[in-house]
Amino acid sequence: MRLVLRRLPAILATLLIVSFLTFLLTSLLPGDPAVQILGPEAANDAESLAAVREDLRLDDPLLSRYGAWLSDVATGDLGRSYRTGQEVTEAISERLPVTLEVGALAVGIALALAIPLGTLSAFRAGSRLDRAVTGTSFGLLALPSFMVAILLIYVFAVTLGWLPATGWTRLTADPLDNLRHAILPALALAAGEMAVYTRLLRADMITTLQQDSITMARAKGIPTSRILFRHALRPSSFSLMTVVGLQVATIIGGAVIVETLFALPGIGRLLVDSIVQRDLVMVQGVALVIAISFVVINFVVDLLYTLLDPRIRHGSPATA
Amino acid sequence: MEALRPLDDAADRVIGVGADDEPAYGAVPSSTGPGPEGRGAHRPGRKRKRGIAFWLAVGWLVVVAVCAVAADWLPLPDPNRPDVLDRLEGFSAEHPLGADPLGRDQLSRIVHGARVSLVVSVSAVSIGLVVGGTIGTAVGYLRGRTERVVMAVVDVIAAFPALILLLAVLAFVGRSLTIISLLIGALSVPIYTRVARANTLSIAQREFVHAAHTLGAKRSRILFREILPNVVPPVAAFALVAMGLVIVVEGSLALLGLSVPPPDPTWGGMIANGKPHLEEAVHVALVPSAAMFLTVLSLNFVGDTLRRSLDVRDSNL
Repeated sequence: MRLVLRRLPAILATLLIVSFLTFLLTSLLPGDPAVQILGPEAANDAESLAAVREDLRLDDPLLSRYGAWLSDVATGDLGRSYRTGQEVTEAISERLPVTLEVGALAVGIALALAIPLGTLSAFRAGSRLDRAVTGTSFGLLALPSFMVAILLIYVFAVTLGWLPATGWTRLTADPLDNLRHAILPALALAAGEMAVYTRLLRADMITTLQQDSITMARAKGIPTSRILFRHALRPSSFSLMTVVGLQVATIIGGAVIVETLFALPGIGRLLVDSIVQRDLVMVQGVALVIAISFVVINFVVDLLYTLLDPRIRHGSPATA
Repeated sequence: MEALRPLDDAADRVIGVGADDEPAYGAVPSSTGPGPEGRGAHRPGRKRKRGIAFWLAVGWLVVVAVCAVAADWLPLPDPNRPDVLDRLEGFSAEHPLGADPLGRDQLSRIVHGARVSLVVSVSAVSIGLVVGGTIGTAVGYLRGRTERVVMAVVDVIAAFPALILLLAVLAFVGRSLTIISLLIGALSVPIYTRVARANTLSIAQREFVHAAHTLGAKRSRILFREILPNVVPPVAAFALVAMGLVIVVEGSLALLGLSVPPPDPTWGGMIANGKPHLEEAVHVALVPSAAMFLTVLSLNFVGDTLRRSLDVRDSNL
């Protein structure tokens, strides 16, 4: 609890700066923001132009505009798209589940592969298996998610025809079909994550396996698999957990690309579409939501990390 | 100062053992280790022999750089000249790497596209390296309140998802090679600040720095003559890996249609062009993908190898 309180000012400051920067985006526009937001044709209509100016309070000074915008945001009003007339919050809540599902599936796949691979290659460090795993993950690090996506589409959708290349079915409509649409995007995101996790877990696991407690466990005759997964995994996974949290940024960034390639109706594609259509109120809202969730997730991961690590929790430097 | 050299080397040799089992960049804690040897003596090739893979990677990077610089003088067809008859053609004598959906020569487009990757990565990395490196080294040496304030600001900026910010800003201010390079460079400053500071912290505790201080050297002299020469090599090794990252980011932007406007070729844009034609002509997407993959892989490999031979840990990050 004390920890939460200590970190709170920094978090609030970050959130405030994030919101201010997002707000400033509209001020970056060259010329009259109202004309830019409405688009060249609609801007000829003096009435709607005045309405937008009124709506965005463009005649007020910058800081009071920011204050008014912030209080709108605080009450959950992110404005309304001038292109489609849809509430920004509504558009986001429609699309967020897609991104969350694919992202969670990706992290799940990456962890499910990285934990056994990282553990085994640490246990057999220097062996052929270890070299294969280390080499593959090094290669995967140089393979951005969009290349993995294209390769997966080519192999599983175009050549084999097992899975659909694009599109989406809601989880509630047809769970199996939903999975068929989610699996390739999730794999595309998972590949790079898996490489990062595997390398990290391997390195920490090698350190853990050299500790006396492990030698002791071996001397007691505890089966190897039990030593690896019950004794060594937990103390080796702290930095892994932190990085899983920090990689949320990569996942969100990757989601923008992957959702575009697989034509998924997620929040990343909403952002790209809004950018292409110059739907600036929507861009502002989506960017704000993503940035805030990113800051909050980082904070939560930080807390979890300290809660799970007894060394930090009890404030004593004893070794695990 | 010379008398300290053997001590430094001995320390390096002890610490150097087992340095191969360390996590990638951005990884969290590992043991504190000293940097390279003192007084600007960087001998990157010391003791360890480089494998053939290292030289292959360097060779590929040289080829890409030469192509990017000399693209206009190479005997290649115009990268933007369409030829409908050669549409989606496979590998042939006329088009060694095939032709794209408009019948443009893929080899020529790859070579010219390397220019965009090179310009963006070199300029963005230079900005990050110079600005972030200077700030990080300065606060890592000076410490005190300045350091706390600067690092707090760095943490706040690093808390943004950079690609989202990049996309949002591009939507508002428009896109060109200059803007993209500047933006990526500015967004990467915090990372370089962290890396440079972490390296400075460990160097500043070394004996030769204490010795210089005891001998009455001025702070500016210690900073520029003792610390900086030892901070530059590891940060530069990091910058190589970061270049690969910048190339991927630019590729992502191009894929979303938010990089340099068409018809000028970029690798990401070429991949995007090939995506609708995976069924009939997979090479259109695969050739630029392979070029980008090999380049990023080489940058990672060379950067990683240099970093290891410099014995730098990610301490204090």
